[in-house]
Amino acid sequence: MKRYDLIIVGAGPSGLSAAIEAAKRGLNVVVFDENEKPGGQLFKQIHKFFGSKEHRAKVRGFVIGKQLLDEAAEAGVSVVLNATVIGLYQDKEVVVKMGEEIKHYKADAVVIATGAAENMVTFPGWTLPGVIGAGAAQTLMNLHGVLPGKRVLMLGSGNVGLVVSFQLLQCGCEVVALVDAAPRVGGYGVHAAKVARTGVPFYLSHTIVEAEGDDCVKGVTIAQVDEKFDFIPGTEKHFDVDTICLAVGLSPMSQLLKMAGAQMEDNPKRGGQVPICDEYGRTSIPGVFVAGDVSGIEEASSAMIEGRMAGVVAAEYLGYTDEEAMQSELEELNKALDGLRQGMFAPKNRGKAIEKTEEGIDISQNLLKNGYVADDEIERFPGVTHKKGVHPVIECTQNIPCNPCQDACPKKCISIGNNITSLPIVVDNSECINCGMCVASCSGQAIFLVDEDCGDGTATVTLPYEFLPLPAEGTKGIALGRSGKEVCEATVVSVKSAKAFDKTNLLTMRVPKEYAMTARFFKVM
Amino acid sequence: MNSVNDRSRDIGPFVPAPDDDMLICRCEEITKGEIRQAVHDGMWTITEIRRYLRAGMGLCQGQTCSRLVKGIVAKELGVSPAEIEPATSRVPMRPIEMRIFANEAKEDD
Repeated sequence: MKRYDLIIVGAGPSGLSAAIEAAKRGLNVVVFDENEKPGGQLFKQIHKFFGSKEHRAKVRGFVIGKQLLDEAAEAGVSVVLNATVIGLYQDKEVVVKMGEEIKHYKADAVVIATGAAENMVTFPGWTLPGVIGAGAAQTLMNLHGVLPGKRVLMLGSGNVGLVVSFQLLQCGCEVVALVDAAPRVGGYGVHAAKVARTGVPFYLSHTIVEAEGDDCVKGVTIAQVDEKFDFIPGTEKHFDVDTICLAVGLSPMSQLLKMAGAQMEDNPKRGGQVPICDEYGRTSIPGVFVAGDVSGIEEASSAMIEGRMAGVVAAEYLGYTDEEAMQSELEELNKALDGLRQGMFAPKNRGKAIEKTEEGIDISQNLLKNGYVADDEIERFPGVTHKKGVHPVIECTQNIPCNPCQDACPKKCISIGNNITSLPIVVDNSECINCGMCVASCSGQAIFLVDEDCGDGTATVTLPYEFLPLPAEGTKGIALGRSGKEVCEATVVSVKSAKAFDKTNLLTMRVPKEYAMTARFFKVM
Repeated sequence: MNSVNDRSRDIGPFVPAPDDDMLICRCEEITKGEIRQAVHDGMWTITEIRRYLRAGMGLCQGQTCSRLVKGIVAKELGVSPAEIEPATSRVPMRPIEMRIFANEAKEDD
C-alpha cells in the first residue's frame, strides 16, 4: 500500500492551498480529485474576485486556479485527477477508484476538502429537463463552452444567482427574470446592480409556482409570496423560457468525514451536516483536517485561507514545523480570514436586515428590493460626487471587504482607508486623469468615469463593459439607467481595451448632459 | 431518547395534500406523499426512510434529495430538519459498478 505524509481529497481552492502549504514544509503530498480537471469551482469563475491584495482581489477566479496549480506543481504536489475517493477508513486508509480499479493508500494525515453540492427546490415540473443548478449552468458555459439555454429564469439572488445571471448574459442568453422568495437581494448589491442595469427584472418575495412543458421546460409561472412564503393568489406571472436555473444554496459534502467517524453536527448556519472542528480545521479525529465549504459554506477566497491553515496545522501535526512557527503563520492567516469575514455580508450577519452602512448612511432599499440603487438614493453615498471635468463616480453602497480601487488610481483619487469594508470616497482636490484603472479594477463593476458637461450640451460616461462583440466607435444605441430602463440615445465615443484592464473593456458613451448621472449601460440597437 | 425519536408522541393522522404526487427522489421515483405516509408508518429517521422507500438510495446517492427528504420528514414530525437523525455514510461514497468495486489494483502499481 502506497504511503504519503498527507492525502488531500479535493483539488479545489482549499485542497490545493492546503497542499501547497504542506508541501512547502517538506511533506510528501498527494491530492485526489474525482473530476477530469482540477481547481474545483475556480475554473468556472470568470469574474474578478473581491477582497484585498492578499486575497488575490481583482484577479479572475480561473486565473487564481492556474496560479494555485502552478504553485502546487512547484512545491512538488502531485494532483491525481479522475480519482474518486470512495472511502476513508480507520488509520487514515484512503480508498480510491481510478479507472476500472480500486487502489488503497495510507497517510499520516488527511485533509478533506470535498466542497459542497447544490441544493434543489421542488415545484411541479422541477424534474423536467431544463431545470438545472446554477453551478451546472456555469459548468456548461465556462468549462465546456455549451450554452445552457436561450431564455433563462434564475431562482436565487445570492451571489451565485447574481454572478451566474451575469455570465448567462455574457454568453448571449436572455435572462428573463431573477426571482427570490426572500424579501431582499441576498448577494452583493454591486453584483445585483450590474445585472439589473442590463435590463433584467428582479422579483423579490416571489417564487416558482410551476415549470411548464411535457418533455422539457417550455415556460414558468412565478407568483408573489407573503411573509409565510405562501403564494398570494392573483400575482402569477408567466414567462416563456427553456431553462430554469436554481441557485438556492449549497450543502457540504461531508460524508467521508462521517464515514471516518468524525463527530458531526447539523448546523444550518454552516449549511447542513458538518464536522465539529476548531478554527483551523482540526476535526475530532487526530490527523484528519477539513478546509473549505465542506466545513461550512462560504466562498472561494476564505476557502483558500482555510486550506492554507489546514496545510500548516497538518505540517505541525506531523512534526514538519514547530508549534511556534505554526502559531505565527496561523496568526497571519487569521488576520486575512478575519478581513474577509467583515462587513454586511459577514457570516455573523447572515439573514439580518441591515438598515445603515458603517458610515451611518441609509442602505438603498431599492437595491435590496429591485437590484439597483434608485436615482434619488445614489447621491447620498460618499463615492458619488460632482466636479468639473472627468471624475470617478463610485456606486459602491454596501460595506463589503474589498479595496482594489484605492490602489488602482495612480493619482490617489480614491480612498477606502485601513478599514477594508469602508465605502470608497473620492479624495478632495484630487486630479482624475481619465486613465480608467479604477473602472477596470472594481470587481463589482461599480465605478464610472463621468464628464458631466462637455460644454456642448453632452456628457460622457465611461463604464466597464464585458460583453462581445465590442461596439465600434460611433455606434449609436440606447443608454440604459441603473434600473435597465431606457433613458436616452447614446453614441459610443471609444472602447478601450488594455492589458492592465484584464479583459474589462472601458466603453465611453456620449449622452445629453442631463443624463450624465442616470445613464449607466450601453445597449446596442 | 430525545423528543424527536419519542415514538409514543402523537403526530396526528396522515392528511393528504395536493402536492403528494410531487417526485422528490428522482432516482428511485419516490413522491412526497410516499415519504409523508412513511413517517406515519413509523419511519422517523432518514435511515429508516431509506430502507423503507429507497429514497436517496439511487444513482445520485441522495445528493439531490436528501435535504428535501429531511425537510419533509421534519415538517411531518413538527421539528427542525437539524434535529432529524441523518443517514449513515458508508463506502462507497459514490455509486460504483460491482466489477470495479471488487477489482483491487495489484500492490506494485
